[in-house]
Amino acid sequence: MLHIAYLIPLLPLAGFLFLVAFGHRLGKPKAGWIATTAVALSFVTTAIVFAGLFLRQPSDRSFTQTLFTWMPVGPLHVNFTVLIDPLSITMAAFVTGVSTLIHMYSIWYMDHDEQFSKFFIYLNLFVFSMLVLVLSGNLLFTFLGWEGVGLCSYLLIAFWFDRDTAATAGKKAFVFNRIGDSGFLLAMFLIFSKVGTLSYHGIFARLHRFSPEEITAIVLLLFLGAVGKSAQIPLFTWLPDAMEGPTPVSALIHAATMVTAGVYLMARVNPLLHLSPDAGEVIAIIGVVTAFVAATIACTQNDIKKVLAYSTVSQLGYMFLAIGTGAYVAAIFLMIAHAFFKALLFLSAGSVIHAVEDDQDMKQMGGLRRFLPVTYITFIVAWLSIAGVPPFSGFWAKGDILVNAFSRYPGLWVIGVVTAALTAYYMARQFFLVFTGSSRWESAHPAGFEPHEGGWIMRFPLVVLAVLAGFGGFVNLPFHPQWNFLGRFLAPVFQGTIYHQSVGVGGEWGLALTDVVMAAVGIGIAWRIWYPQWSHPSLEPAFLQRSWMVDDLYDAVIGRPGAALASFAAVVVDNKIIDGAVVGVGKFSELTGLVLRKLQTGFVRNYALGITIGLVLLLAWMASRVG
Amino acid sequence: MTLHSTGLLATLAPVHIPPLAYSAVLPPVIMIGMALFLLLLSAMFKRQPNTGVYTALTAAASLGAIAASLVLWHYISVRHGPYTAMEGAISVDGFSVLVMVLVSCALFLTALSSDGYLRREGVQGPEYHALMLLSTSGAMLMGAAGDLIVIFLGLEIMSIALYVLAGMDSKRRESGEAAIKYFILGAFSSAVFVYGIALTYGATGSLNLAQIANYLSKNVLISNGLLLVGLALLVVGFAFKIAAVPFHMWTPDVYEGSPTPVTGFMASVAKAGGFAALLRVLLTAGDVLRLDWQPMIWVLAILTLLGGAILALVQTNVKRMLAYSSINHAGFVLVGVEAATRQGVDAALYYLFTYTFVVIGSFAVVSVVGGKGDKAHNLEEYKGLSATQPLLAAMLALFLLAQAGIPFTTGFLAKFTVIAAAADSHSYALAIIAMLSAAIAAFFYLRVVFYMYSSSPETSTAGSMGVLRAQAALKVPATMAIALGLAAAFTLFFGIVPAPVIDFAHKATLLF
Repeated sequence: MLHIAYLIPLLPLAGFLFLVAFGHRLGKPKAGWIATTAVALSFVTTAIVFAGLFLRQPSDRSFTQTLFTWMPVGPLHVNFTVLIDPLSITMAAFVTGVSTLIHMYSIWYMDHDEQFSKFFIYLNLFVFSMLVLVLSGNLLFTFLGWEGVGLCSYLLIAFWFDRDTAATAGKKAFVFNRIGDSGFLLAMFLIFSKVGTLSYHGIFARLHRFSPEEITAIVLLLFLGAVGKSAQIPLFTWLPDAMEGPTPVSALIHAATMVTAGVYLMARVNPLLHLSPDAGEVIAIIGVVTAFVAATIACTQNDIKKVLAYSTVSQLGYMFLAIGTGAYVAAIFLMIAHAFFKALLFLSAGSVIHAVEDDQDMKQMGGLRRFLPVTYITFIVAWLSIAGVPPFSGFWAKGDILVNAFSRYPGLWVIGVVTAALTAYYMARQFFLVFTGSSRWESAHPAGFEPHEGGWIMRFPLVVLAVLAGFGGFVNLPFHPQWNFLGRFLAPVFQGTIYHQSVGVGGEWGLALTDVVMAAVGIGIAWRIWYPQWSHPSLEPAFLQRSWMVDDLYDAVIGRPGAALASFAAVVVDNKIIDGAVVGVGKFSELTGLVLRKLQTGFVRNYALGITIGLVLLLAWMASRVG
Repeated sequence: MTLHSTGLLATLAPVHIPPLAYSAVLPPVIMIGMALFLLLLSAMFKRQPNTGVYTALTAAASLGAIAASLVLWHYISVRHGPYTAMEGAISVDGFSVLVMVLVSCALFLTALSSDGYLRREGVQGPEYHALMLLSTSGAMLMGAAGDLIVIFLGLEIMSIALYVLAGMDSKRRESGEAAIKYFILGAFSSAVFVYGIALTYGATGSLNLAQIANYLSKNVLISNGLLLVGLALLVVGFAFKIAAVPFHMWTPDVYEGSPTPVTGFMASVAKAGGFAALLRVLLTAGDVLRLDWQPMIWVLAILTLLGGAILALVQTNVKRMLAYSSINHAGFVLVGVEAATRQGVDAALYYLFTYTFVVIGSFAVVSVVGGKGDKAHNLEEYKGLSATQPLLAAMLALFLLAQAGIPFTTGFLAKFTVIAAAADSHSYALAIIAMLSAAIAAFFYLRVVFYMYSSSPETSTAGSMGVLRAQAALKVPATMAIALGLAAAFTLFFGIVPAPVIDFAHKATLLF
């Protein structure tokens, strides 16, 4: 039952190849259905493997499957190995599950787009790359998947490339990710130079060959990669810009799956992380600061998707806080819950944007409750979930992280709790601006215009995700050691490396109560401010609206000098020095060629002479060797 | 079996004929058998059978030879290990099997890609196919040879067939000229080669490669002049066949004049045979003389790498440019030979194997674009090919990029492995020059690609409209499409997943 694991990434690949060949001819909506089916089958396969794994003994729930040797070069044998263990299969399950729903939703959302089949080609390629990343048994293929999802992200952000902003946003995402990738590459080089292998099992079996400093360096370099991919400080500004892509892409890639790859990578290398408490502290601090900063920015955004984007950055910050604390299960738990409620938020936002005909400014919305009944309900579920209201999933997941943080880094816990209140506040603000109050969109549309929702293709994914976002938290409950199902399932992966919090059941109740109070405070304040009145310029300072001026800072410090350097390089170095050298070599070769060409007379006698001269020279050499 | 002679000959020792082991030479026997069968077939019928019949039978023979080679491979790699047959005249090992598979693949692709050409140019009769089969069998014998006489036999069987094939297109004057030039110079170099065999025999008392090696390892020659001169003459003979500079001057004329499919065949099979025998002679018999021959090969490699690349640069005729490019490739293989290590032999074999598909593919496209009369070979005739024949242009672009050594084609690892072998044996200068020549070579490959993908029909003049019309009228026969598809699939697939072919080359040298 487990040996079919190789099909999990293969099915989306097959879908991708099929659509490359026939997608255009199939047209809409068939191409979309093919893509959805491919991913759905992959999900079914994952579920079967998951069940197979579950039936085994906990100690026996990890196996590898070598599919092929990519290239045997000297001592380096790069195998493509599928590594199935509780961590990778859990990740694969929610990636394929959420992907299936979003593929389906996209059939409705992209209905009017001329590049319909191309969209699904990219989407299937993305799912394939993501699964390679997740299931690979060695760092190199993880990196390959890592680059693959980066490429798809770039292509999909810039999907409407005729818009300047989309093209620029794609480029920005690409550059920011490259900065992170350099860390990933250096970490791989360092690991390989020490242990001569890149497979996870191989690395973890040879941890004694690293000195503590090397471990810290490797973890921090990998974390640099994660910072780029998961949009943490200081590389976080690409993600809000990435909202230029179609909304299903934002839901799938820039909320539910790809951006969590950084978290997954850090959880995957937990044996390394365990040996470097310093690196863990750095990760926790960067995580919680990112969570806070992004939350403050989210409080002031007016674009419906930008709010969600900053919220994603903030939630990812929480996950890194958990990683840094050593609470890997909590990180994965929030990752799953986040995938559900954030995908739901984005898909609901997509429904809203569609309803008001592609306007994303929340100040131009309002009063949409009556027109979008299903979206209204699903948005409430997602909102309460992310705000941390029990019993929705976000409450449990975030609570798990905060309990661990309280136990290990009380200072960081304070920031985390304040951020929780901010989260409740900005999400409530968004809810009130979009769904309640006066219908401000009426002025921009002709009289008689009525926003409306899509059919069942669009509603079905919303409802499924709402159920998951609502009840998903029950996979891992606190208060009783038998209730943390996810924790027990993942335990073999994090054996000996996971942090055990020491607050006790009473402490857990107290902290849970704090979380509830914080959520209530956030929502209450937002209700007092934003329910009666939609405009409060004093609460939206430009400093926060422009994301703490980070982009302006980058522009001044790196962008402008960089542009000056580039133009110097282009005009002086490239044109004069390099081109000069290249053209020089070319000219020299060509002149030599023209001279040599004269020897090629076409007469056999001259050719025979050539052979004879060569013969004489070789004989002369041999004569000199006679002894 | 012993033959007892009578009369005057009775005073000589009886001639000893070794037992014949047909199983050891089954692939070349299949080739020769099919060649004879084709000739018989044409004699049996009053009306000539269709060209397609010959093509099909030739392709079948090459597939049969591949199958027979793989059976041999299984036998020696799993059950028996390498062995020699017919008293050491034939070596049955991984190396010879790889060469047999290689030239059989080359024949298969050439047979398919020349079918349309023969119909277009009106070349009839079984001779073309029979000669190709014979030539292939010669190359196989060169790869499997255990002694110098068998190498010479293989060389002549291969070459004489090639002389005739070069002149096969009697309607074109250049074809006849190519045949004559190739024949005269080939005979010249064969004479040198035979003289080399004689001197080597004189010095060591044996023609068998293993016995020569054995003799040289056990005895110290007081005067080794005879042996060294013999070796130099042998190298000259091979250098002519593989077109190493300065023994290359026939190549551009012959490659340009020969019918284009024959050119592709020549560039792959003759080089493979030549290199196979060269490797055997240098590494088996000449192993102890390594310090004497390595510098020779070093110089030849550098001259060939640079000469091929630089001269290709100034060509405006694509066929001629590809001729020089094949000289450049020979330089790369020589880099692997010069390393004189297992890694080097590995790399050389891998290079030859992947190069076969690329070069036959390239010349196949050229033979299509050449049009009726096989003459439209100027760079100008390729302008805008991507617009009129997108698939054909994409194929040629792939083959050229592979020749340039772009990653994700087989050409990348081919160049990478030979250069790595050179670097590992501390021939840094050679490695650097090889890279430099690859950079120069990239220029002329990309120039053709650039021509194909530039100039849209809207911006063209009256003259180029004619070119575009001619391109649009080109037809790609089904057999040609299959050959191109196979070559392209091989180049791309094993470019991405190189392990199987690397493994094959690696095991072939393991069973050397």
